[in-house]
Amino acid sequence: MIEDPVVVFDSVSKVYQMGEVAIPALKGVSLRIPRGRFSMVLGPSGSGKTTLLNLVGCLDQPTEGVIEVCGQLMAEISDDRISEFRARHIGFIFQNFNLIPVLSARENVEYPLALIGMKASERRDRSMAMLSSVGLADHGRHRPNQLSGGQKQRVAIARALVKEPNLVLADEPTANLDSKTGAAIIDLMHKVQEKFGASFVFSTHDPQLISHAEDVFSIRDGELIDHHREGRP
Amino acid sequence: MTTLIIAARNITRNHRRSLMTVSAIAVGTMALLMLGEFISQIFVALETQNVVRSGHIALFRKGYFEYGGGNPAAYGIHDYQSVIDLIRDDPVLKPMINVVTPTINLFGIAGNFEGGSSRTFIGLGVIPADYNKMHHWDEHHLKMPGLAGEPLNERDETHGFIGAGLARILGLCGPLKLKGCPKQPGGDRKAAPPAAGKRRDFSGLVEEAHPPSPGPAGESAPRLDLLAATANGAPNVVGFYVDKATKQGIKEYNDAFVVMSFKLAQELLYGRGEKKAVSIVVQLHRTEDIPVARARIEKIVKDRGLNLEVKGLKQLQPFYTQAVGMFKTIFTFISVVMGMIVLFTVVNTMTMSVMERTHEIGTLRAMGIKKRGIALQFVLEGIILGGIGATLGILMGSVAADMVNHSGIMWHPPGQAYPMKLLLRTHGVSHLLLGIWAGLGVMSALAAWIPAKRAARMKIVDALGHI
Repeated sequence: MIEDPVVVFDSVSKVYQMGEVAIPALKGVSLRIPRGRFSMVLGPSGSGKTTLLNLVGCLDQPTEGVIEVCGQLMAEISDDRISEFRARHIGFIFQNFNLIPVLSARENVEYPLALIGMKASERRDRSMAMLSSVGLADHGRHRPNQLSGGQKQRVAIARALVKEPNLVLADEPTANLDSKTGAAIIDLMHKVQEKFGASFVFSTHDPQLISHAEDVFSIRDGELIDHHREGRP
Repeated sequence: MTTLIIAARNITRNHRRSLMTVSAIAVGTMALLMLGEFISQIFVALETQNVVRSGHIALFRKGYFEYGGGNPAAYGIHDYQSVIDLIRDDPVLKPMINVVTPTINLFGIAGNFEGGSSRTFIGLGVIPADYNKMHHWDEHHLKMPGLAGEPLNERDETHGFIGAGLARILGLCGPLKLKGCPKQPGGDRKAAPPAAGKRRDFSGLVEEAHPPSPGPAGESAPRLDLLAATANGAPNVVGFYVDKATKQGIKEYNDAFVVMSFKLAQELLYGRGEKKAVSIVVQLHRTEDIPVARARIEKIVKDRGLNLEVKGLKQLQPFYTQAVGMFKTIFTFISVVMGMIVLFTVVNTMTMSVMERTHEIGTLRAMGIKKRGIALQFVLEGIILGGIGATLGILMGSVAADMVNHSGIMWHPPGQAYPMKLLLRTHGVSHLLLGIWAGLGVMSALAAWIPAKRAARMKIVDALGHI
């Protein structure tokens, strides 16, 4: 039994309605994701990984069941409160980086801090420090289209971590990177996780990333078929 | 602030589309501004024309306005001079007033007995000095052609002006040296020469009382005999010397108009009876003072128990009110059309923008931006596009208006006696500029709101999954 989990799923189901056809994506999943660890959600395409991650990230509502994230029951709060909750407690790293193209690297990193109402001077200092910690101190003024794939993902990591969230969700973060850059990104995520103590939850197929897993949740056809703990590599 | 920065920068993402949108708004703004300035110029021209003729406020004996047209003599104002003094010396009214003057409106028959022609006339009796002062009223600095014209003869009360049409009808084109006056078919009619000795018609009688006087150039001015019914119904006639024929904008008026001195009109209308005025005309320095001045005059009339009614410019000149109403309706109609063009242009642009940025909307929502934050971003983009377009349109419109004003293009507005320079009113129209700018800004915001609302309502997972 995991004590003090960061995410708790209790009999969570998610059904997508496609016209008159109901497509079950998750079927009564119950799980507890440990705090402060590298957790991976594994499974083949269409198994329900992304749906699970969406629910963990409070981007969607379950059809049935109860979800608790960072001690907050999600069914109880309004859309605005969920947005505030995400802004404060959850960081996202996307497969396609999803940086805001009209903002510079520094502005992209700074934006989450503006959402939680931090003062401009503090935001600036913190975003520059974060960019330094991902090795992009000299790239603050660059727009996303002036950065390589690896650099974009570093900016995305900095953006996800700058507000020091309790939970970081990463959907295939190394899928669009070459293996060398992917390894560097994994290494970076390890370092920042150690530094900030955030809980990471990944959805991935990347064996290189899977090898760094501390907790593995295996899903197939919308059901949790296995959960086991690994030693830290 | 970050939302504003993102909104502003997003506009530059698709240069061509933004440029087209801004251009459409700018052209719409420019067209609307120029139309507004043109209409505004027409308003002030009409206002000036009417104020010069009839003043801002007029006092009549009660009932005159409804019934007095048929018998002006019966609706005269007794002791009009004391009423004038009351108004002129009132401490509230004094600084507002340019002229307070009595007038007489009358009608009768004007005859050129030497030419053997006669015609019904519509007469206006005025105090020449006041009439001349009223014709110099030009609050809006329009310097309209033919408005001030030649002054009415202040020295000889038997002299005055007539309409150019009346001069033509009465065969006075030659004596008055009227230009563009077609010759009467069959030549100028001449009456049979009077028998030797004194004429025994009205004309002869008048001539006995008022011998011919020289015209302004030292020549003898052509003479008319004016016949009217007095207050007690008896016919009366006076001799009238025509110094000049002036064009009037409306044909019926042009063919019948006579302006004479107040004293001559009194003599014609009241004969040997009590001399009255038909109305007391008040011309103010500024039109915007009408409500205050009118309320004050009404108070004076009420406090003194005077049997008078007070009418403002709009009641005195219903055509002015109708013309203003018509132009306002035209302007409103075209504003609505322009507004719709702006609305659809901005809706189209913002809808395209929302479609292209669906993935980005999902990302922003995932980061914690609320629905209204997303909507605000797109609305801000609409406002910025609208603001830039409207500002450009105002600048372009101002330059175009300046070019039109210096082009020297002439036009002949309906109801005007003389052709006028085509002018767009560029001064004193700040409310128009601000109204158009703000109106199109609001329209752009409203137009952006429709796609913005759709963007805000997107499901985050659908937006993130959008390709």
